[in-house]
Amino acid sequence: MIDGRIIAAGPDAVSTAEPDGCLSIDGRGAVACPGLVDMQVRVGEPGAEHLETLASASQAAAAGGVTSLGVMPDTDPVIDDAALVDFLMRRARDTAIVHIHPIAALTKELAGEEMAEIGLLKEAGAVAFSNGRLPVGNAAIMRHALTYARDFGALVIHHPEDPDLRGAGVMHEGETATRYGLPGIPVEAELIMLDRDIRLAQLTGGRYHAAQISSAQSVETVRRAKAAGVELSVGVSVNHLSLNEIDIGMWRSFLKLSPPLRTEDDRMALIEGVRDGTIDVIISDHDPQDVERKRHPFAEAHDGAIGLETLLPAAMRLVHNEHVTLVELIDKLSTTPARILGLNAGTLRPGAPADVIVFDPDEPWVLDRHALYSRSKNTPFEDARFSGRLALTFVGGKKIAERDDDGSIHLVA
Amino acid sequence: MTASADASHARQDAPRFAHRHLLGIEGLEPWDIEALLDLSEDAIEVSRKVEKKLSTLRGRTQINLFFEASTRTQSSFELAGKRLGADVMNMSVASSSVKKGETLVDTAATLNAMRPDIIVVRHHAAGAVQLLARKVGCSVVNAGDGAHEHPTQALLDALTIRRHKGSLNGLVVAICGDILHSRVARSNIILLNAMGARVRLCGPSTLMPTGAARLGCEVFTSMREALDSADVVMMLRLQRERMHAALIPSTREYFRYYGLDAVKLGYAKPDALVMHPGPMNRGVEIDPEVAESAQSVINEQVEMGVAVRMAVLDALAHHLPGSNTSPEAGVI
Repeated sequence: MIDGRIIAAGPDAVSTAEPDGCLSIDGRGAVACPGLVDMQVRVGEPGAEHLETLASASQAAAAGGVTSLGVMPDTDPVIDDAALVDFLMRRARDTAIVHIHPIAALTKELAGEEMAEIGLLKEAGAVAFSNGRLPVGNAAIMRHALTYARDFGALVIHHPEDPDLRGAGVMHEGETATRYGLPGIPVEAELIMLDRDIRLAQLTGGRYHAAQISSAQSVETVRRAKAAGVELSVGVSVNHLSLNEIDIGMWRSFLKLSPPLRTEDDRMALIEGVRDGTIDVIISDHDPQDVERKRHPFAEAHDGAIGLETLLPAAMRLVHNEHVTLVELIDKLSTTPARILGLNAGTLRPGAPADVIVFDPDEPWVLDRHALYSRSKNTPFEDARFSGRLALTFVGGKKIAERDDDGSIHLVA
Repeated sequence: MTASADASHARQDAPRFAHRHLLGIEGLEPWDIEALLDLSEDAIEVSRKVEKKLSTLRGRTQINLFFEASTRTQSSFELAGKRLGADVMNMSVASSSVKKGETLVDTAATLNAMRPDIIVVRHHAAGAVQLLARKVGCSVVNAGDGAHEHPTQALLDALTIRRHKGSLNGLVVAICGDILHSRVARSNIILLNAMGARVRLCGPSTLMPTGAARLGCEVFTSMREALDSADVVMMLRLQRERMHAALIPSTREYFRYYGLDAVKLGYAKPDALVMHPGPMNRGVEIDPEVAESAQSVINEQVEMGVAVRMAVLDALAHHLPGSNTSPEAGVI
């Protein structure tokens, strides 16, 4: 890496003469790969800086090996104006230590009624358009948005969930919810909206990305659509690949997510979807919430969990369990999300920005949530045992995070 | 009408205008269109005289039946009829029994009983004028039906272009903006294709009708590509009420990408004509500077409108009962 760019990697790097003054790392047994690209990160800035700021989110990302973030528009105010995209990019430039890429609102105020100024927002720097966790219920408006976005080559990211079918549901609808006495969210809430979106993507030719899916039937729906030649991409959160509804246990509200954690069969089907290429990207779905919002009876707690610092180790379980290879995993965590968002990232190709991480794939450790850099501590992986730990994070060739001898990760000022 | 001897001589060799109604450009042959444009040239001369009154339609009754508000089209038809000597009655919806629940067909029967010679109709529903034409005994002129056709607008546009460019054949004409809701666009597409022009359509895909490319047009979403080396740039009015249907995000974004400003006009030929059917939304689909520029023929279009409507009324008059249909008399 020279001047923030990658010069050579792999066998080429071995045969390339080391430049003068080069920092050499003895990385035997470790993995060097492109920094992770997380397509769905929520930050409390602007509007809820007590939950997370661009600075604190970027520190958590650095400690987690994530070097590019797509930040969601459902802030206060909603990012539905070019001036706000500009504000975010300036704040990120001044305060963040990793790359921040604003995702702008698909509809004004996220109200699902009028599309936002997709052209002007994209010119200002928005990399994609999303309605946050508020699905666009009106199919005609979704159609118009996909059609209009196509003219600008803009990506539409949608949270496929029928708001009426979800109703007051708080967890997966099924036996477990019945035992808890909690209202359920049927799989069909996701399935019907997903199916609608796929048909609209086909009708309009617009670029569609389902933010995340959670059920076996959704995987099958996407698989069929892709086999039929429909252009779309799909994400899954690492939470849904790691956890199921049983993990909620004693009403642990940190596991209250949207979409909800579903059954073990669903989880296994999602893993199969990652393995066979039906699912394109893995996201952290980082969603900081404080005690004010989480210390409630399960049904009244906010949805969401943080995830930037657990994305890599949780996803590494797929490798250790031999569901996917390490190369396939890095593709889902870095190369493909970068390609979908159109970022110059996710690769070690010579000339690419030197956003590189080094991690030890087998290093065992136990998560202590108080050691997390995220300003909110609502992790669903409290006290989890992981194998695989970050050693170094570089952004633009500059070292920004490093593991100490005692195993903790510190940020390099 | 009076006309130069040469022009009237030339027309006697051309086929007669063989239609009882003018319901659309669809159904007209290229020689019909040429004949109407030739006739319009004579009408321009009439309108530019001090004494503008002819007797072609003396004793005839023309009813302008407008179910949709219109200023320029209605007054243009009124002037055209009056200059040809007709008795013109304007019937607007506000004062008609339509407000009391009368159906279109009942209205047609009622008007028919009053024995008009020509009815000029504008209606908000596509096909309404055609329906009415089947229920009356007189000639009917379509002054715009829904998003279907507006034939006299296409004719006046063609006349304006022909007077500047000599011929429509081979010209590249870019029609830009809200194609989806535009009857002007549909009539122009048919006419320009019939006369050998190359038609390009440009607008956001949400304002482009499905299958537009199958109408014999090239479809663009980029003004730069659509206007590249164009001879004529026709802007359409953005109907602001469309925004409530969430088809475009805002007028400022629309202007940024689809509004005709000097930069975008620069992609067209240096002598490209700038046209607009009016009324204009300045700063939405057209920059005020471009609208007033030397390339703009927008005001000329209004003058051509009266001429074209005189020509249409005149051509239809020869099919009215009792009219002298000999070729010599069939001249404005």
